[in-house]
Amino acid sequence: MADHLSEPFEKSAMTNEEKVKTEREMRIQFIAFAFMIALTFLAFIAVGAEVAPPGFVISFIIFLAFIQLFLQLYYFMHLKDKDHGWANTFMVSGLVLSIPTIVALILIIGVVKY
Amino acid sequence: MVREAAHTLKKSLLWDLLTTVDHKKIAILYLIAGTLFFGKAGLMAILIRIQLMIPENTFVTGQTYNELLSMHGTIMLFLAATPLLFAFMNYFIPLQIGARDVAFPFLNALGFWFFFFGGILLSLSWFFGGAPDAGWTAYVPLSSRDYAGIGLDFYVLGLQISGFGTLISGINFIVTMITMRAPGMTLLRMPLFCWTSFITSMLIVFGFTPLAAGLALLMLDRMFDGQFFLAAAGGNAVIWPHIFWIFGHPEVYILVLPAFGMISEIIPVFSKKRLFGYTAMVFATIVIGFLGFMVWVHHMFTLNLGPITNSIFAILTMLIGVPTGIKIFNWLFTIWGGKLRFTTAMLCASSFVPTFVLGGVTGIMLAMSPVTHLYHDTYFVVAHFHYIILGGIVLGLLGATYYWYPKMFGHCLNETLGKWMFWIFYIGFHLTFFIQHILGLIGMPRRVNVYLADQGWDGMNLISSIGAFMQGVAIILLLINVIYSAKKRPNHPVDDPWDGRALEWATHTPVPEYNFAQVPQVRSLDPLFYEKIHGDGKMKPTEPLGDIHMPNGSFLPFMIALGSFIAGFGLIMKHMDAWINPYIVVVLGLLVMFGSMAVRSWKEDHGYHITKENVEAMEREALADERNR
Repeated sequence: MADHLSEPFEKSAMTNEEKVKTEREMRIQFIAFAFMIALTFLAFIAVGAEVAPPGFVISFIIFLAFIQLFLQLYYFMHLKDKDHGWANTFMVSGLVLSIPTIVALILIIGVVKY
Repeated sequence: MVREAAHTLKKSLLWDLLTTVDHKKIAILYLIAGTLFFGKAGLMAILIRIQLMIPENTFVTGQTYNELLSMHGTIMLFLAATPLLFAFMNYFIPLQIGARDVAFPFLNALGFWFFFFGGILLSLSWFFGGAPDAGWTAYVPLSSRDYAGIGLDFYVLGLQISGFGTLISGINFIVTMITMRAPGMTLLRMPLFCWTSFITSMLIVFGFTPLAAGLALLMLDRMFDGQFFLAAAGGNAVIWPHIFWIFGHPEVYILVLPAFGMISEIIPVFSKKRLFGYTAMVFATIVIGFLGFMVWVHHMFTLNLGPITNSIFAILTMLIGVPTGIKIFNWLFTIWGGKLRFTTAMLCASSFVPTFVLGGVTGIMLAMSPVTHLYHDTYFVVAHFHYIILGGIVLGLLGATYYWYPKMFGHCLNETLGKWMFWIFYIGFHLTFFIQHILGLIGMPRRVNVYLADQGWDGMNLISSIGAFMQGVAIILLLINVIYSAKKRPNHPVDDPWDGRALEWATHTPVPEYNFAQVPQVRSLDPLFYEKIHGDGKMKPTEPLGDIHMPNGSFLPFMIALGSFIAGFGLIMKHMDAWINPYIVVVLGLLVMFGSMAVRSWKEDHGYHITKENVEAMEREALADERNR
């Protein structure tokens, strides 16, 4: 049984339909990648152009970061796909636990006492 | 004997234990290592109580006292309670969900060896200029490079390494319970022990990461001239307690939730009733896990963080009382009207409930931020958390030991000795710690090595010490019981001595390497009990008998962890007058570690098969044993 486990297969076992699906997935990956590069450019331009006030630039970049995070997790790391329910659960519960913690920590550590 | 499959039979016992990836043998390793660390930290507690037995005692010096106190806390939490719980989790999670092993057997072994070498590294501190002496919390100015000696280096690196092990095991348990459940074992049919272990593993993943980050910062501060926590250099010392308690509070739940699970296994069996409010119990566990991350500031109420902050965290803390209360009532309602059998396991489990309530009530008292200024750093706090940890976790562990011992070792522990142990422990425990509530309220501070006579503390401290000795006697009685029961064991192992309900009691004893010859079909919560009532008392199989695929044993986990140990020791050598450049040792350790990882990656290892004939022979032998009983 365990004799030929490390030898490569001669022919792909995927059906035609599956191949079409993988190709579409590939295209989505490329588009998402281009979009993410564009977002990064936007962030650089926002700082480099020196037209907007810093407060606006910071919030703008954080906004871009959230889009970036979403794209990264859901399109690049396949969270959007089927059978990723548990991975989603853990990512979301991690965010639910860590965001209040970090926000609270930043608020508490500051000079102002609440 | 055919019952040991061919592969393990060829190995000597020692080599088998060093290379095993079998979850049951790793569990035994955890049990032995955890017991050794438990004994060591328990001995330190006895020494502490001898020192405090009479006023102005000179039994140990202040420095030694600080080291004993720090090591007692650190070892008990990281190296005794955690591995002892992991022992039972390792052994019984796969059995309870009907799996043949955990999801990643190799990682399981790696987790154990990381924990083991981390513990050894921490313990080595005694021989190289003193143990850590800044308390188990290692608050920063005290643990920074200006104030603390080399002991703290051992603390930082030892905990970092053993923390890796804990993280690895936590991830492993999560994946096991998600992917390896037997057919029909839906999430809401998982035994409560599995559920609490599942939430615990989640807490480990989310909680041990901040600890690893915090320890890394402290290491940078201490060894590479960092200044994260040094106020004089622009750092902020308050960040350390925050990071520590963001980890530290979930750590309490990491330890107590599996104990809750054990109690929830024991009580239904000895009440002969299904667990009352199973679903409520599951959701209460989830809520406790979530809230556990939202309350860390209640350890720092006296740090002047501001009234709004304190109130928010006080309320969140009190909120945890709600799901915990749900659990308490569910246990009570499970016992209510049951057909009770008070074995030692049940004595531990049922006395857990009122003891834990006492600890919970003082917890709510401590959560009131205005009053906490009175309690803070007094023996009241010590009494509170020992009620949670001893009255909660240790009673749970003792109960689980008596309950699961026959499955793990083939014979029950002696009940008479067990009951003696329980009562001595229970009375000793309350003598030690109940009186400490009063000691704290009348003003005795914690973490002091001497106190003056005639403040009204003398008698109470003496009583407290006597209680501690009684607990020591009880644990020795347990060890005697282990030896006595092994000597008096019956000729044939017992399969199901308590009339069990969950799947682990459906296996043969000793549990064969593959656990279940045929993966069972689960038809209900308490699957075995369901089959006893509605079926023929045997689990229905879901597959025909066939070859069983098993993982090969491996020495690599040991080597990887050994490499990390050498590297960690090398880093500590920066603060010793070593005859060799510490970086040589570090590089050597990293080479061993990553070299072993590389071997693991590139060497192919597809495991082996236990043939159908072998499985059949093993099953026949087990059945013959059953008939002979």
